[in-house]
Amino acid sequence: MREHITELSYLVAAVLFILGLRSLTRPDKARQGMQLAAVGMLFAVCGTLIHHDIVDYRWIAGGLVLGALIGYPLGMWVPTTALPQRIAISLSFGALASVLVGVSEYYHAFHGGREPLETFRMAALGFEVLLGTLTVTGAFIAFGKLQEILPGRPLTFPGQNVANGVMMLVALVLLVLVVIDPSRTSAFYSMIALAALLGVLMVIPIGGADMPVVVALLNSYCGLAAAATGFALGNSILIICGSLDGASGFLLSILMSKAMNRSFSNVLFGAFGGGSPATAVGAGTTLPVRSISAEDAAIQLAYASRVIIVPGYGMAVAQAQHQVRELAELIEKRGGEVKYAIHPVAGRMPGHMNVLLAEANVPYDKLYDMDEINGEFPQTDVALVIGANDVVNPAAREDKASPIYGMPILDVDRAKTVIVLKRGMAAGFAGIENMLFHAPATSMLFGDAKASLSKLVTEVKAA
Amino acid sequence: MLILELYIFVLAAFVGYMVISRVPPLLHTPLMSATNAISGISLVGSLVAAGSHRSIVATILGFVAVVAATSNIVGGFLITDRMLKMFKRDEPKAKTPESK
Repeated sequence: MREHITELSYLVAAVLFILGLRSLTRPDKARQGMQLAAVGMLFAVCGTLIHHDIVDYRWIAGGLVLGALIGYPLGMWVPTTALPQRIAISLSFGALASVLVGVSEYYHAFHGGREPLETFRMAALGFEVLLGTLTVTGAFIAFGKLQEILPGRPLTFPGQNVANGVMMLVALVLLVLVVIDPSRTSAFYSMIALAALLGVLMVIPIGGADMPVVVALLNSYCGLAAAATGFALGNSILIICGSLDGASGFLLSILMSKAMNRSFSNVLFGAFGGGSPATAVGAGTTLPVRSISAEDAAIQLAYASRVIIVPGYGMAVAQAQHQVRELAELIEKRGGEVKYAIHPVAGRMPGHMNVLLAEANVPYDKLYDMDEINGEFPQTDVALVIGANDVVNPAAREDKASPIYGMPILDVDRAKTVIVLKRGMAAGFAGIENMLFHAPATSMLFGDAKASLSKLVTEVKAA
Repeated sequence: MLILELYIFVLAAFVGYMVISRVPPLLHTPLMSATNAISGISLVGSLVAAGSHRSIVATILGFVAVVAATSNIVGGFLITDRMLKMFKRDEPKAKTPESK
């Protein structure tokens, strides 16, 4: 009887989760849908609490309270600019939970001794622990890089890929050994140690701008680890959720790597921040740069009838989204039309710019995807680029020798005039010269994005 | 039993792929935090590990897993809701307080 209630609660939860995810296809229904999903979670948890194996509720109660105390600030207090690292750390937590369940199961089988683990369960458990541990440390390093505790640039050493490959191989051999004979506890625990090290070494060489792919990929791993836990425990809801999560992460990482025109393996093993010397910056000659004052830029914006704003990571760093919205409203008040062009990999995680702008009260029907808006640049009076670089670099379209050649970009260079807000002339993440900044139609407004935008707001008001 | 579990896995992956491929890029960040919250479902495994009195080691591992999974569920659903609340349509300009 009890078991049926548990299973039923899982079924309800699974349906509500899928409905919740489906609601995310519509921004106006999404909130309601996700609240339903939260109710589904409650069902699943309550259904589990009546499980007949559970005899002692003290540790459970303590864990739930402590978890809620940690989760609340992670949900309510984290600023939207810090979302990428927030997601990374929670991927680490999620994988940690899977790993610990796996280790606890394994430990129980060998030291508390119930029935010996069947080969299949052991394989699922081993796979789960291997993938989970790798995600725990990998996501933690990603968190460190995004939070800038660790240097964001790629850290590489010679023979890195070979070393990682060998370690991966050894970890897999250990996994096979444990599956053949589960009583090889030392092989099991060395596999965990090796996986932890591998997670670190795999993410360390990945540069900041590649983070969207990595975070999405880790999301997928975290899901697969959860699904493997489900196989190991024979628990259907874990399998369902793990595979939903895995599918989502997988899909996002494909979309992200497409948006950068790079393959998975290139992102994971390429570490292309090495600044390929082939396209050495300007080949020694200094290219012309036209800098503009805030007053002149404001005049251009004030009298423009069509403006497209292109936000990039620089806007997030400067936390300038509110000033952007203020400026856009002023232009609209003067009769201009303002749209926002969002590149899929702008920022440090999928969809980051959209959330930042939504936070600043920019209505979401003014945010356009790359494909929707690229045709409109030729009719645009002013394209305002805020802290974006590689995603607007025309070399991706024109220069076959460029390392980013083939990457889909926003065709900002086709706008009638371009104003670029930038801190200085430093090259972007890819270390490549951006000809957009030297084009005759482009003027550069140097300085911190937030300060520049505030000046623009004042000047447009006065114009 | 195993084949049944494989069925569940493959079918759920299909459903996931179908549903999620229709989520617009606009909502990709909430999607990530939502799947994150949902993956906190590993709590159900952790609860059993923490509460079934097997050995002190298994219980403590389970306890830490409960903490990690719960914080993901609570934090994940809250942050998703907070984000989704921000997405608004362009309404016929209600009297917004003039910019300071």
